[in-house]
Formats: sequence, C-alpha cells, structure tokens
Amino acid sequence: MLSDTELDHIAELARVRVAPEKREQLKKDLSAILDYVEKLNKADTSSVEPLYQTTGLVNATRADEPREEFPMTEKLEELLNGQAPARKERFVKVKSILKKN
Amino acid sequence: MTANKNYTIKSAREDLDKGQISAQELFNYYRDKINTENKNLNAYLTVFDFPNSKFLIPNSLLAGIPCAIKDNMLIKGTRTTAGSKILENYIASYDATVIKKLRTTGVVFLGKTNLDEFAMGTSTENSAYGPTKNPLDISRVPGGSSGGSAAAVAADLAIFALGSDTGGSVRQPAAMCGIVGLKPTYGRVSRHGLIAMASSFDQIGPLTKTVEDSAIVLNTLCGHDIFDSTTVKKEVPDFTATLNDSIKDLTIGVPKEFFAMPTGRQGAGLSLEVAECVKTTIAKLETLGCKIKEISLPNFEYALATYYIAVPSEVSANLARFDGIRYGYSAQDGENLIDTYFKSRTEGIGPEPIRRIMLGAHALSSGYYDAYYLKAQKVRALIKKDFDDAFKDVDVMVGPTTPNTAFKIGEKASDPLALYLEDIYTVPLNLAGLPGISIPCGFGSQSQMPVGFQIIAKPFDEATLLRVAHQLEQALKTI
Repeated sequence: MLSDTELDHIAELARVRVAPEKREQLKKDLSAILDYVEKLNKADTSSVEPLYQTTGLVNATRADEPREEFPMTEKLEELLNGQAPARKERFVKVKSILKKN
Repeated sequence: MTANKNYTIKSAREDLDKGQISAQELFNYYRDKINTENKNLNAYLTVFDFPNSKFLIPNSLLAGIPCAIKDNMLIKGTRTTAGSKILENYIASYDATVIKKLRTTGVVFLGKTNLDEFAMGTSTENSAYGPTKNPLDISRVPGGSSGGSAAAVAADLAIFALGSDTGGSVRQPAAMCGIVGLKPTYGRVSRHGLIAMASSFDQIGPLTKTVEDSAIVLNTLCGHDIFDSTTVKKEVPDFTATLNDSIKDLTIGVPKEFFAMPTGRQGAGLSLEVAECVKTTIAKLETLGCKIKEISLPNFEYALATYYIAVPSEVSANLARFDGIRYGYSAQDGENLIDTYFKSRTEGIGPEPIRRIMLGAHALSSGYYDAYYLKAQKVRALIKKDFDDAFKDVDVMVGPTTPNTAFKIGEKASDPLALYLEDIYTVPLNLAGLPGISIPCGFGSQSQMPVGFQIIAKPFDEATLLRVAHQLEQALKTI
C-alpha cells in the first residue's frame, strides 16, 4: 500500500491536489495497479534492450526550411491566443512566478 | 423517409449515384435520427449543420457520406472536448490530418462523439459528459474509449466513424456494439490533430458496418505526414482491391495463451460464451480452406502489466500541457502560477486521467524509473519478439477481441483494474505496433450481446488482415 508521504509526493509531481475524502480510495486504487504490475519482475529481461517505439524509424528529420502550412496571420494568432484565459495585448498573461519582497 | 436504412458506404454510394437521395437528404436523414435517438444513447457530444461545400468529387466513394468523429480529433473552428471538462469550451484552431484527408474525399461530418475522458477507459463511463449507452441494450456499456463512435455506427446514427486506439479503444467498443473496428499499424496513419494520450501507442482507425467499408476508409487515412514524424514513407496499397483474393492455404495462428487465461479476479478470465463463439469462428476459417496452427506468445501474460506502466508514463507527460494557461478550463483564484496549475488540473481533469497521470509520474520518478518504466520497455521488447517469432510461421493470428461481452453500466465502475482487464487481448497489438481488426462473430449464449473476433496481422499487412476479415464476414453471414 502506498504511504501518505508517497501519495503526496506523486501528487506534487503530477501537479494535482487530492481531496482528503478521496485519499484512501486513491491509495487503494493505485496500490492495486502497482501490485498487479509487480508480475513483471518474473520476466527475465537481463539481456534485453528496451523498446520505446515500434516503427524502427531513427532520426526522422526534415529539411531545415520554412514551411508555409500555417502562415502566421492575425486570424491564426487570434485562434491560438484567443483562448487564453488572461491576455495582455498579444501576450498570454500569467500569475506571478516570483514573490515580490 | 421511414424505416432504418442502415446504410453502408457502399449502399449509400449507390443511392447517391442513382439520384435516389441527395447528399443533403442523406445528411438530414441522419440528423433527424440523431435528434430523436441521441438523448437515449448520448453517442454525440456536438452535432454540425450541413456544410456549404460541394460533394461532386469525381470517383470518390466517400463524397456526400455522413460520418462521425471521436471528440479527440480536431475539426477547425469547432469544439473538441476529449470528453474532459478541462476542454469544455476549447475550439480547434486547425484540422487534424485525418480530417483534412477526409475532406478531400467529400465526406460530411455529422458531429463529434463521446469518449472516455482523454480516451482513457473501456466503457465510455469516464466521460465528463455522461456515459454512452449500448444501442443493443441501453442498460449496458458500448465499450470504450471510442464508445460514442461505436454506438453511433451500431445505431445507424452515422454511416461510419473514426476512433482512436491506444490499447483497444477502436476494436473493443466495435466488439461490444457488434460492428467492425480497425486499428492500423503504428506509423500508418498520422496523429497530427489527435489529442495525444500515449504517443508510442496511439493510432486512428475506422469503425464501420462492414469490412469493405473499413478498407474504403483506410484507403483515405494512410500515408506519411510531415506533421507526425512517426508516420512511415511506405506505399499504401488499395485495400479494397484484394478483399476477394483467395485465402485458401493461408496459415492462421491461434495463440494458446488466449484461451488459457488465469481466472480468479472478477472478470479476468475468458468468459465461456465468448470462448464458444470464437472457437466456432475459427472452425469456420478452416472450412474456408485456411490452415489452423496453434502457436505460443510466451510473454502474453505480461502484456497488460507492461501496458499499464508504459501508457500512464506517456500519459503523465502528454497531459502536462493541460495547465490552465493557454486554453481550456482555468482556475482564476490561483495565488500564483504554480497554484493555477494545481487548481486548474485538479478541478478540470476527472478521476481516471488523474489516476493514470499519478501512476505515470510515479513510474517515471527518481528511484522508480528503472523498476517500472525501464522494466516495462524491456518486457515490451519481449512481447514484440514473441509476435515477430510467431509470424515466421503464420500469416495472421486470431482470437477473441474481449474476454467478456458488453457489461452493465456501473458494474465495474468501482474497480479500475477490472476495467483494465477488458483490454487484455487488444493491448498486445499496441505494444508491438501491429494492425488488428475486430469483426462481429455472433452473440453470447448467456448475455445475448455481440462477440468480437480479433484478427492480427504483420506490420503494414492490413491488406491480408482485411482480406481474411472480409471473407470470414461473408462466410459468417451464411450460417
């Protein structure tokens, strides 16, 4: 079973807060899944390279040239920035990052 | 217009070409049906009006054909929610590549369909907009996560639909609603404009009423895309051209592990009714002249555990973008920037994505990375190798799509792991990047609900996959 400290640490990493009344259930759910995946320890992987993707493609790059699919116009800028909850002129406005002294 | 037309792409094309119905009349027929029936099913989250564009695209089988799109693919200027409250008012700023491709064929979009939040689930009960019901029995789930798309096609509220499949999310709801669901090879179809869940797994595929329709839609979707560097520059064959080529003498592999699942935990074992149906269908393939061969995938038992480490890890990274800053739900009472992240995410994202984000954050975190994430990627290599080895001796593999038929709404809702186990036969394909299709093969003797038959092919061999599926589908009709 996950400890309270572990749960808090994971929530911090995930940038979410867990309501007090949901803590026990969440600990139970996550622990059940972590118990289930323990079975991977039975698989012998001592001489196996990890597989992160299946296409076999390596360094799928393109020519370093400008592309014209999304020319930046006022309209596109409005589509992209227009949904930000807070704006100032052309910029997305965010809350303070550093504390004022 | 009166009775249920249950159009396929093929039959609608004939009526359109003969002038028996116009594209607008066809659209209105579906819109009227949606207006009446969607409140019972909750398959659609958004419906569109008839567009002002032209459908006289020569030689296009799809011109004027109304279809539905899972609400995690972007259609420019329209709402895309991904089934989440955090994107409740999000308006797409561009077309997904698959949408662009469909537009060139002249299809008409009826609307956007319901899904488990961010495509995480096997029942469509995880949507922030309420569950979708199975049209064959509204007390049951339609499967998930593309449950809205599957229900829309099964209820004839669309001629076909698109879904996305990260661990079975096209094939599993297709199985539970009695229709055809295809997951192409990883790398076949661009995911540009698909809201990412797990990027080394996600693939877009069609949900259709017939295998032939599946081939028609797949023809349109495939190809390299500069906006998705995982798409391969491979030639795309005409998948409809070879549907009727002989399947005599093909060797069909039946992995013995599929039928030897350990029981114990509720719902974990292969149900008797599904096993019966699938075995009868395998016998049918034999009567079509195929050779049946028992094979082994020794690491099959690890597939689901591997999946539930690797996928949440990618989920935790992909969903980090939903932070309440640039778009989507944003808590306005945050004290500072990081507090805005915490509040927006906690208030905007539902319980299942939160569980997976947390699992992933844990699996990737310092001190646990080797034990979980790296271990899972190594086992993933073993699972891929099992398939590679087995495919040296067989042309395709077959088995059940799901261990059970559609279950009751709420039956498994309190047990995340029980829901995960519904994906046990579908996730190995995503781990290995293989194409697979689910076709209906009958009804369970107990539940009277549809049973899905899964066919698996070698990478990029959708042609053989569809050929076997098509001929089996025809043969099953004549029982």
